[in-house]
Amino acid sequence: MSTTVSQIDEVKTTPWAGGRSPFAVEYGKMMMWFFLLSDAFTFSSLLISYGALRFSSNAWPAPDLVFKAFPYVSEDAPLVFVGLMTFILIMSSVTMVLAVEAGHRNAKKEVIGWMIGTIIGGLMFLGCQALEWTHLHSEGFWWGSIPNVETLKELFHGPISTTYAHQFANLFFTITGFHGFHVFSGVVINIIITINVLKGTYEKRGSYLMVEKVGLYWHFVDLVWVFVFTFFYLV
Amino acid sequence: MSSETIHTEHHDEHAEHDTMTKRRIWNVFFILLGITVIEFIIALWLVPGHHIPINWANPIYIVLTLFKAFFIVAYFMHLKFERIGLVFAIIVPVLFIIGLILVLTNESHHWIDLRAF
Repeated sequence: MSTTVSQIDEVKTTPWAGGRSPFAVEYGKMMMWFFLLSDAFTFSSLLISYGALRFSSNAWPAPDLVFKAFPYVSEDAPLVFVGLMTFILIMSSVTMVLAVEAGHRNAKKEVIGWMIGTIIGGLMFLGCQALEWTHLHSEGFWWGSIPNVETLKELFHGPISTTYAHQFANLFFTITGFHGFHVFSGVVINIIITINVLKGTYEKRGSYLMVEKVGLYWHFVDLVWVFVFTFFYLV
Repeated sequence: MSSETIHTEHHDEHAEHDTMTKRRIWNVFFILLGITVIEFIIALWLVPGHHIPINWANPIYIVLTLFKAFFIVAYFMHLKFERIGLVFAIIVPVLFIIGLILVLTNESHHWIDLRAF
């Protein structure tokens, strides 16, 4: 042991002894991770209650019958529209990660281009969701309301159940609404960050770490959609 | 002491060589797209055509979804390239979610027997 370093200081040089950060990420990025973890719990509680209610039911509106319309194009194209929505969201996740990659190289113009692409993707997704909600609303679905019995007969394989149709309507609008709200706030945050990039804020700061942090949020929104897609539209 | 700490931190930042390249980003994109296409083939052809039973399809969807989640979190969210401490701080709490899923799935099979309608 060196004579200039006392034993208590020597201990503090290792990551978990307080010498340096064991996570080696910037404070804001770590907090974004922890926020996303808490958000994951919120979404999980919603999806788990959906799963529990659906598992305990003996009839449920069939996804391939409820989600079979492609607005303005076809009334009988099961799951195609939601496939397009999934594609748009994955695509906007890719443009986001490309913006982060350009930020690592301090390429301002490329960051702006990819960020604008991400915002457009987010807006397209929100537009698609608005169309889907409008379609279901026109059939009679809303929070606390369901279509008449004649329409319901076309939405179930086998015997119908108004109780479970109600549960489906409430859960669908709550969960996709909560997700859509996340997409909306993600688009707003992306717009703010893009304005900052345009103004040269991060160029002066010397790092595009903020782009990385909003990128984490945006990928999380995509991640949640992957689960919503599976549990509402496929299962 | 302080100069030693700064030195080690500096060294750590340069140890992170492995990161996302454009090529890797597009590779992950095509993996995600491919998995989604497989899910659609199952949902639109294999199940309606009775090639596979519905109670096989659901576990397959869930496994494929977890694959997608892994690729998004590991590569797009960069978690694979972070310190193991951060990886565990994020992944371990998620195990509680899996616990809740198992408990409520079990419970809901019991509820169905309680319902009179």
